[in-house]
Amino acid sequence: MYVMEVLLGITGKDFTIIAASKAAMRGASILKVNDDKTRPLNKHTLMAYSGEAGDTVQFAEYVQANVQLYSMRNSTDLTPYETASFVRSELAKSLRSRSPYTVNLLLGGYDPIKDQPQLYWIDYLASCANVPYAAHGYAQYYCLSILDKHHHPDISFEQGMKILRMCTDELKRRLPIDFKGVIVKVVTKDGVREEPYEDDKQVLAP
Amino acid sequence: MDALVAQYSRPAHQEGFADEDQQQLTADIQPPLSLKFALPPIASSQQWLRAMTDDNSNPNCPIKIAHGTTTLAFRFKGGIIVATDSRATAGNWIASQTVKKVIEINSCLLGTMAGGAADCQYWLAYLGMQCRLHELRHKRRITVCAASKILANLVYSYKGMGLSMGTMCAGVTPSEGPALYYIDSDGTRLAGNLFCVGSGQTFAYGVLDAQYNYDLSDEDALELGRRSILAATHRDAFSGGFINLYHVKEDGWVKHGFTDTNGVFWDTKLNKGEFSNVTANLD
Repeated sequence: MYVMEVLLGITGKDFTIIAASKAAMRGASILKVNDDKTRPLNKHTLMAYSGEAGDTVQFAEYVQANVQLYSMRNSTDLTPYETASFVRSELAKSLRSRSPYTVNLLLGGYDPIKDQPQLYWIDYLASCANVPYAAHGYAQYYCLSILDKHHHPDISFEQGMKILRMCTDELKRRLPIDFKGVIVKVVTKDGVREEPYEDDKQVLAP
Repeated sequence: MDALVAQYSRPAHQEGFADEDQQQLTADIQPPLSLKFALPPIASSQQWLRAMTDDNSNPNCPIKIAHGTTTLAFRFKGGIIVATDSRATAGNWIASQTVKKVIEINSCLLGTMAGGAADCQYWLAYLGMQCRLHELRHKRRITVCAASKILANLVYSYKGMGLSMGTMCAGVTPSEGPALYYIDSDGTRLAGNLFCVGSGQTFAYGVLDAQYNYDLSDEDALELGRRSILAATHRDAFSGGFINLYHVKEDGWVKHGFTDTNGVFWDTKLNKGEFSNVTANLD
């Protein structure tokens, strides 16, 4: 079922947008319509997750706790790249264990030293790729072609949100299951914030 | 003389039971819609076919059917755009990069092929034949509605016997105007404004839906069709090769080239700055 969950990430000139679907699905039911599938790891990194029920939150909170512990012990934050490496190594360890975490992640961040937005695409097989835009699940099939066409590396925040709207509209048009819209969060040099996102408009296929 | 005339003519309407030759003659003139094929002597032809051809459950299956495609067609104010890629794959093997997936049924009707290449080619050629016969019998061209229904009824009569095809019929007739139908081997037949079919359909839908509008100009519509196929050939491993573009207008279809995707891709990337995830630096 978790291929139906939507995770999207878009970087631009000075920001990273992360969008995650709001539906919490189990079997034939939607259990919650305002589920937040993201966790802030430190001031400049945000992790969005989808995957096996139970595994997701367990893994996300484990990672969150460890990244925060690092900040307290060393009074310095891990950069997004360092965080991604840590998350990847944890997934790689888990993959060879008796019960691996089945969790797919997008790690969006802003590197305050390089002054650059960052986005990492990580899956449960512990692949990690630094990319300008990313998606997980069925959303990949619909959104990557849109992003291939409309994304440019130095887009403004407004352009980024416009592309995100194109993506969510397409998903509303074509995905067979209602994912109840998305929660949108933005990472900039000032930290993580939630962006209000209008989701109640119906989109019909032509 | 009377005997000769009697031998070579038929009464205008049949009375009572005709002799066996006469029955055979009428049968030849009006062939049944569904042809009679010899079937393998086994209990369930569907199960047999699955065992022989299903790549997923048995990688060593003896027959690998050609699959994997991106085809699209959409209606707009200037007519219908039909576009396809040109790759045929059999399992993980690229069998051809130069397949003609748009089948020219007649000067005003086009069919597209996705799914089993042999099934599509054979049955669309057969459809072309039926359309020509309709034209000769009724002294006017067949409507897209009727042509698509011939195909849909035909594949439905073979349902469960392993046909694999997803096709679109696009055409313009004086009575219907521009018309577009989707037909698949399940027997589904749908009229609509916009369809993408094949393994690359989602990628094509992504680009197409975002900018589709019924009031598109001819140039914009052709470019959108081309760009949607390019998107699919870029992301779908089973699509690629050349972009085959057609524009169906009131006075018949016009072909707009069979263009190598490689050139179109690099042109799009370098001149428009799209595909920004494709980089040459190795850091």
